[in-house]
Amino acid sequence: MTSTRTFYDYAGLERLMSLMSGDEKHGPAATSTLDVLWVLYDRVLRVAPDTADDPCRDRFLLSKGHGPMAYYAVLAAKGFIPEEWLYHFAAFDSPLGHHPDRTLVPGAEIGSGSLGHGLPIAVGTALGLRAQGRDQARTWVLVGDAEMDEGSNHEAVAFAGAVGLEGLHVVAVDNASATYGWRGGLASRFAAEGWSAVTVDGRDHQALYQAFTAPHPGRPHAVIARVEPKYV
Amino acid sequence: MDTMRERFTAVASRLLDEDPRLAVVLAVISSDRFREAAKAHPDRVIDVGIREQLLVSAAGGLALAGMRPIVHTFASFLVERPFEQVKLDLGHQGVGAVLVSAGGSYDIAAGGRTHQAPGDVALLDTLEGWTVHVPGHPDEAEALLRHAAADGDRRVYVRLSEHANREPLPVTPGSFQVVREGRAGVVLAVGPMLDAAREATEGLEVTVLYATTVRPFDGEGLRAAVGRSGTADVVLVEPYLAGTSAPFVDEALVDLEHRVLGIGTAREELRRYGTWAEHVAAHGLDANGLRGRISAFLR
Repeated sequence: MTSTRTFYDYAGLERLMSLMSGDEKHGPAATSTLDVLWVLYDRVLRVAPDTADDPCRDRFLLSKGHGPMAYYAVLAAKGFIPEEWLYHFAAFDSPLGHHPDRTLVPGAEIGSGSLGHGLPIAVGTALGLRAQGRDQARTWVLVGDAEMDEGSNHEAVAFAGAVGLEGLHVVAVDNASATYGWRGGLASRFAAEGWSAVTVDGRDHQALYQAFTAPHPGRPHAVIARVEPKYV
Repeated sequence: MDTMRERFTAVASRLLDEDPRLAVVLAVISSDRFREAAKAHPDRVIDVGIREQLLVSAAGGLALAGMRPIVHTFASFLVERPFEQVKLDLGHQGVGAVLVSAGGSYDIAAGGRTHQAPGDVALLDTLEGWTVHVPGHPDEAEALLRHAAADGDRRVYVRLSEHANREPLPVTPGSFQVVREGRAGVVLAVGPMLDAAREATEGLEVTVLYATTVRPFDGEGLRAAVGRSGTADVVLVEPYLAGTSAPFVDEALVDLEHRVLGIGTAREELRRYGTWAEHVAAHGLDANGLRGRISAFLR
């Protein structure tokens, strides 16, 4: 990493993403995760490039590794990775692939791509932080509503609810892409297992911030962030 | 004598007292044997219920948080069922863990195929960086478990079995041991197969090597034994899928004309119940069965 880092605000994300997509027309709304990622990294997560290896940092695990351009754009905007990396997205010698690899991307807590791994891993990370007395460090994981089809997530949701894993936070970006949908809404699946669960507009930064920072003593917390349906 | 599994739960409980970095992760199996340890270390004895995907993924998360997880259930549910979790949530994340299995290939003979994992070591061979220990006695299991727990952040698989040798040997993690030497070839006995292999080769002028660590494969040790024997005929006697280590023998002897006989459990499903000893005999892995096949192979 020889490059200097430039920091950008939300308005800069569109251009950063276009460096990867080569497409100037698609605005931030083209990416379901962008606003969620921005609010988390801008206002919620206690992690920065200089604390990316601090044992007490907050962890953010991108479980839904598909379509990671918004993630890379936010990591670049916050100075974790150099902007130049975006130009070579998914090239042979690029650290940035279509699915992130934690060993190649500074700031990436996990490698993902196969669905249904990040949330169960996050359970272990939250347990590990608790066992080491690092209760102030919070673990966040981003999943998609279709990703919740994977049974492994339900092992994690039931267990984390049963043991009241307060350090664990899920944001489920819901673009109604699950093949059979979630009857009664995705939040009900978390609530039934004893989680604190709220559903908010996934484009409303203030509503996201409030949902992300709502207290949830003794329980894990799920935020269902609804965005435009993927298939109209 | 206690079993390897009993020794494991006792040793792992003590290790939790000694090393604050360790955590034991369970999926119900053996959980009752960790009740005392769970009282002493409620945050470091974790039973996720009957959820084996979570079992392995949570271990990956614990390791990412800086801990060293010891993960335990039956081999079929530790390696085979959550294989993608083993591959991705440990290997791809670049973190370590100690996986400790019970049941092996045939311990739960009366339980049938659902509880048998003769392919566990072969499956791990498709992945990078796994150390595989196959102790042949509870004392060896204890030594290897202690070694594995303290083995940095390596990915280690410890394969425990009800099947054991009568006496332990001093453990040398990573190296094959010479039990005796002869000029008619080399018999490499893995873990619990040593007693039967020794009995089967009585009166035969063969070298007998003993392995409690099969990965990394001690190719140098094998090569040296073959050199001293003067005969590059190698018989593998493994308590899991026949021929699992054969590619490693070929690699170690790549520039020598050599022959390999891989003996282990059969690929064909044995649709019988009964005891593990009956299964050992049915797979031709008792001394009688071994003697016939080894004698027929040697020149």
